Amino acid sequence: MAIDINKVETIIGEHGKDENDLIQAMLAIQEEFHYLPPEALEKISEQLNVPKIRIYQVAAFYKVFSLEPRGKHIITVCKGTACHVRGSSMLVDQVDRVLKIGPGQTTEDLQFTLEEVNCLGCCAIGPVMTIDNKYYGNMSVSKVERVINKYVEKEVVADD
Amino acid sequence: MTDQITPVELEKQRNHILSARDASKPTIMVCGGTGCLALESDKVAEALKKAIQDQGVDAKVELKTTGCPGFCEQGPLVVVHPEKIFYTHVKPKDAKDIISETISNGKVVDRLLYTDPITEKKVLYEQDIPFYKKQTRVLLKNSGIIDPEKIEDYIAVDGYKAVSKALFEMTSEQVLEEVKKANLRGRGGAGFPAAIKWELCRKETSDQRYIICNADEGDPGAFQDRGIIEGNPHSILEGMILGAYAIGASKGYIYIRHEYPLAVKMIKKAIVQAREYGFLGKNILGSDFSFDLEVQLGAGAFVCGEETAMMASIEGRVGEPRTRPPYPAQKGLWGKPTNINNTKTWAWVTHIINNGADWFARIGNEKNRGTMIFSLVGKVNNTGLVEVPMGISIHDLIEGIGGGVPKDKTLKAVQTGGPSGGCIPVRMFDLPMDYDSLREAGSIMGSGGVIVMDEDTCMVDVARYFLEFCKFESCGKCTACREGVKRMWEIVDYISRGYGEEGDIELLEELAKAVKIGSLCGLGQTAPNPVMTTIKYFRDEYEAHIRDKTCPAGVCKALITFEIIVDNCPGCTLCARYCPVEAISGEKGKPHVIDESICIRCGVCRDVCNYNAVVVR
Repeated sequence: MAIDINKVETIIGEHGKDENDLIQAMLAIQEEFHYLPPEALEKISEQLNVPKIRIYQVAAFYKVFSLEPRGKHIITVCKGTACHVRGSSMLVDQVDRVLKIGPGQTTEDLQFTLEEVNCLGCCAIGPVMTIDNKYYGNMSVSKVERVINKYVEKEVVADD
Repeated sequence: MTDQITPVELEKQRNHILSARDASKPTIMVCGGTGCLALESDKVAEALKKAIQDQGVDAKVELKTTGCPGFCEQGPLVVVHPEKIFYTHVKPKDAKDIISETISNGKVVDRLLYTDPITEKKVLYEQDIPFYKKQTRVLLKNSGIIDPEKIEDYIAVDGYKAVSKALFEMTSEQVLEEVKKANLRGRGGAGFPAAIKWELCRKETSDQRYIICNADEGDPGAFQDRGIIEGNPHSILEGMILGAYAIGASKGYIYIRHEYPLAVKMIKKAIVQAREYGFLGKNILGSDFSFDLEVQLGAGAFVCGEETAMMASIEGRVGEPRTRPPYPAQKGLWGKPTNINNTKTWAWVTHIINNGADWFARIGNEKNRGTMIFSLVGKVNNTGLVEVPMGISIHDLIEGIGGGVPKDKTLKAVQTGGPSGGCIPVRMFDLPMDYDSLREAGSIMGSGGVIVMDEDTCMVDVARYFLEFCKFESCGKCTACREGVKRMWEIVDYISRGYGEEGDIELLEELAKAVKIGSLCGLGQTAPNPVMTTIKYFRDEYEAHIRDKTCPAGVCKALITFEIIVDNCPGCTLCARYCPVEAISGEKGKPHVIDESICIRCGVCRDVCNYNAVVVR
């Protein structure tokens, strides 16, 4: 997948000038592309003057970073304690049954990626699932497929 | 805006803002916090705006989106000031009635009022709802009243008064002394006196000192920092300016989780506004003191809540903790003296400088002063953010404010302090919630997460959950934490799957000691706490899993079966249609049956059943 290298340069320029800004620049790249494309990491290494090994070390350490392309839609299931005691692990199982992807995996058509997050801080309305930063509170196993379908159907309409 | 205003001009500005307001004019406050937003409060605000225009009452009412008033369970929340008429579960279609009835006719929309679950009576005003009545709101007082995106709203509630007072009426020593006299203990969990840390940092000779606000609220089940930042971001900035003045720091960082996008937006906006007003930057309010702030986003590593790991992360490196000493006060960010405090600690500083140490000492108990914000979540009726004086009993917190456990279930335990804390059984609920008492009981205060557990919560599962969390979050530097926690998880996981053996509990206890001693930072040192407290207080549950191969709470999948009660099942076929593996069969109108050999124990059938016909055995 080709990426717009000019865009990468602009993003890095906006978020950093030296090695101290490495994580912030990487976060901005991740935000834009949903993962860290190797070409972008190459650019970060040049522009911030950081050895690539350190960039990959940081990428491997922090959970938010992904070196693999991720889906167009990111499904996040909260596994905070409050969501856990209200059964959030069953939501993960259900997403797996609907889309055949486990945590950290992406569907073959690159439409959906399933992620788990430690806590989104909206424990009062748990269990919580988000798709592309839209929050779905008070979720239950029986609602999962319906919520996912909203995003599948959108795709069909867009393709028409 | 001139880039520098003086204290006199600030007061003028404040008077100007206040005089332009009509206190009797109704203001509709819509909660725009993450919790209510998830329930589409933004659409409610839009609908209200439209209704105001449609009904031509623009001149009669003001509409505001605020931060979180705390009662997330009842969201989306809409409060009509000045009377504070409290509307709950508001939907966009209710907007018309709120405007036509409440604003135009002065009448209450009955169906939107809060119903007390105990008395079953409707409650009209916010201040009469038991959830609010028993709280002492200081840090949260203005969340839900001010628009977090408008610095003018903060100035109107005496915002930046403390900075003006400190810079022009107090020396930096006096600011430090006041906080010391108040004996403000760090709200991050350990409860170390803030002023002692400040003094150490101040004493170091250096050309540069830094301060950091720890808003990396990683404990699952805690969201008080998010609540304050989203609702009242300037209160954090003001506290940090005061702290920087007392310590002699010229640069500060706010380290905040990227998982809190709304809070990040609010704090960034607040910094820009504070700079415009001259509260941040060179020569603050025309004084000799200069200080500026930057936001740093966390990248999803729990260990970065530990101070040395956090500093490494700010420097753009992998967030691994290091040995102390040297302490951050001696060698911190880029080797310079650095002071780190929790979000709530910084917020308190503003109030202490405004009201004095003696005022602060009157809240809470002798050793644990002030209030603490708890996020009351889990199996409890009134979930949300609760601010109470330190030392309130667990019982008062859960029954009095939380309204007890829903659905007539039996209360079993509370978990405090996140993955570093422990579970406290119901028989100890007279225990005061303060740093020292919780530590004695084997738990900790932590950042204030309180997770309520009922009879349906399995304590072995809870221990397994927290071990899995720590196993995942361990940075891997110390062997005891990296390997020890993993082994503990394996043992508890085995127990939960019915493979537990005699001696496992003792082995867990032994491993816990080793992990505690052999870890550098708080993550490893406290990781065994959830296991140790659940063994201490709920040993019988472990034994049931090990000896009888049963899960008394009906949670551990390998040890339970789902069953349909014939007498309750009208044969509606709903469960059979939802079952993902077609394990349920039966004719329409006749009781259904679950085939245990196919069932994957996902619980969908119980979830969708309208007749309570599905039970766990």
